[in-house]
Amino acid sequence: MSRIRQWKTRRNAELGLLAFAMLLVAAFGATVEANQFDEIRPNFWVPAALIGILFLGLHVVVRFTAPFADPVLLPAVALINGIGVAFLRRLDIARAIANDEPVPGFFAETGGRQLAWTLLSLILAAVLLLLLRDHKVISRYAYTLGLVGIVLMMIPAVLPGSISEVNGAKLWIRFGSFSIQPGEFAKLALVSFFAYYLVRKREVLSLASHRFLGIDFPRGRDLGPVVTVWLFSLLVLVFEKDLGTALLYFGLFVVTLYVATERSSWLIIGLVLFFGGVYVAYLLGSTIGGPFANFYDRAELWLDPFSQENYTRESGNSYQLVQGLLGLGTGGLFGTGPGAGSPGKVPEVRTDFIFAGLGEEVGLFGLSALLVVYLLIVERGLHAALAVRDSFGKLVAGGLAFTLGLQVFVILGGITGLIPLTGQTTPFLSAGGSSLMANWLLIAMLLRISDAARRPANSLAERTSGPKKAPTQLHGAMTEVIKP
Amino acid sequence: MPEFVLTVARFGFLILLWIFVFTVVGVIRRDLFAGGRSKSIVASPRGVGGAVLQGRPAKAKRGKAARQLVVTAGQLAGTRITLGEAPITIGRAEDSTLVITDDFASARHARLVPRDGQWFVEDLGSTNGTYLDRGKVSGPTPVPLGVPIRIGRTSLELRP
Repeated sequence: MSRIRQWKTRRNAELGLLAFAMLLVAAFGATVEANQFDEIRPNFWVPAALIGILFLGLHVVVRFTAPFADPVLLPAVALINGIGVAFLRRLDIARAIANDEPVPGFFAETGGRQLAWTLLSLILAAVLLLLLRDHKVISRYAYTLGLVGIVLMMIPAVLPGSISEVNGAKLWIRFGSFSIQPGEFAKLALVSFFAYYLVRKREVLSLASHRFLGIDFPRGRDLGPVVTVWLFSLLVLVFEKDLGTALLYFGLFVVTLYVATERSSWLIIGLVLFFGGVYVAYLLGSTIGGPFANFYDRAELWLDPFSQENYTRESGNSYQLVQGLLGLGTGGLFGTGPGAGSPGKVPEVRTDFIFAGLGEEVGLFGLSALLVVYLLIVERGLHAALAVRDSFGKLVAGGLAFTLGLQVFVILGGITGLIPLTGQTTPFLSAGGSSLMANWLLIAMLLRISDAARRPANSLAERTSGPKKAPTQLHGAMTEVIKP
Repeated sequence: MPEFVLTVARFGFLILLWIFVFTVVGVIRRDLFAGGRSKSIVASPRGVGGAVLQGRPAKAKRGKAARQLVVTAGQLAGTRITLGEAPITIGRAEDSTLVITDDFASARHARLVPRDGQWFVEDLGSTNGTYLDRGKVSGPTPVPLGVPIRIGRTSLELRP
């Protein structure tokens, strides 16, 4: 190489940031105790230390298996995950105090369960990093993953409502008290499949086109896949009664398509199709009802949550949405302080509405910091997509990062009344194992891809081709193959 | 707990949170120039390659000697040839310096020749022609740094 550059792994920066993140989690815990017990108990730091040890474990795995991975991803996610656990524990403490029960142990109740789920998720992420040394291997199983993704996505829709329905949305498989959300895992499988499919098809999708109004539109017959996915997502909307999931799958496909072809026309087609579909579903819901009725109701609540009629309705009223909005409003600019608010008033504050509960306590100031952290996570994912050398990796990383961002948008938009509310989990924050595990697997994939992206070209060749081969000689000219 | 301590804890947490955000941004800033090799999110599909590379000629630096020939698109994408004094022949023929297996390339397609530190591209009577950026190469043409030379589906450029 003509220029010699010091390649830094930046693992120590990651460790430092991780320690900082855990300090924040401990500070959150201490403030909660000061507000709830009127004293800071000597063992306030234990939850933060426990979760810190877990992240330290993953950090060590990253150090050995993906030494060039992005230094920011892990600490940023660790902060959000840690705050999530601390906030759930805060809710447990408040409930125990209200019921005159003893303070829950570190492994008890929702907060403790979330800690256990975090442990499991981190083990899964570490296993993925250990087993998957090269992200391109996934492309071999692309069609299998695509099938698995569609099956996972459709299972809740075909199961009877008694098994799969929670709060009107059919997204679950329930076994007694235990339930999983297969859709969370379907995302990962579908991203891999879309990326593989589009790497193979992008030439035809981006070349053959009609020019109209200065934008290149694809030919009718090339619209097949996008229309298929659109129909699928509308089926999800109607049968799983969940706008957020439909938006997630469809947005994911359209954006991967856009990234693969560099054609903005796909975005326009996607937006028009989606909003058209949603509007038709709304109209159908208002006239014939049936499977569209649920979506119509949700849209009505979104349009006017404060109306007497919507607030006092028997079922499916806007009580939750209004409580969330009031919580955010009570928090104001700087919040009531961790542990000083009353997030318990918001229904589902542990899962869907955790941002409303947290927002009351940390205020707009704190909430926007958390949102910036999400933004940075997504940005690092997109950066990995830009920097990685193979097209499959680019599409997977871009798709995964975008999914994460879109999911935060869907739930936060729902809570704040920007879009109709749908029951999405807030990544890394909400209580729930499926979401946490799937999202940590997503982060493990991004770490793997960013490792490939930042790894110097020579060391990549060494790693992938085993013993170091002599550079190919082309008639006296030295060549270096960057792309394996 | 005195009100004062609670207020300090409340604002202290928020300030720490933002310090964390800015520390992360600082780490990213120092990291910004590492690893970002390709500008386009996906290597450009053939044929529309110009769309991505178009912007380059304006930025092409003059006065710097070319040291490398880099294949930016096509089957050999990523291949680098360190330039010396010898001319470089490109084509499907086995004895070319750069052997490209491209259906649209001729056996002896084009040649890159250095003259007084400047490289010239010359078409060797190929069937489908050689293009420098958008223009067809008819005679020996000087090649600025970073401007794509297109042969069939393959794109090459000179790099310092």
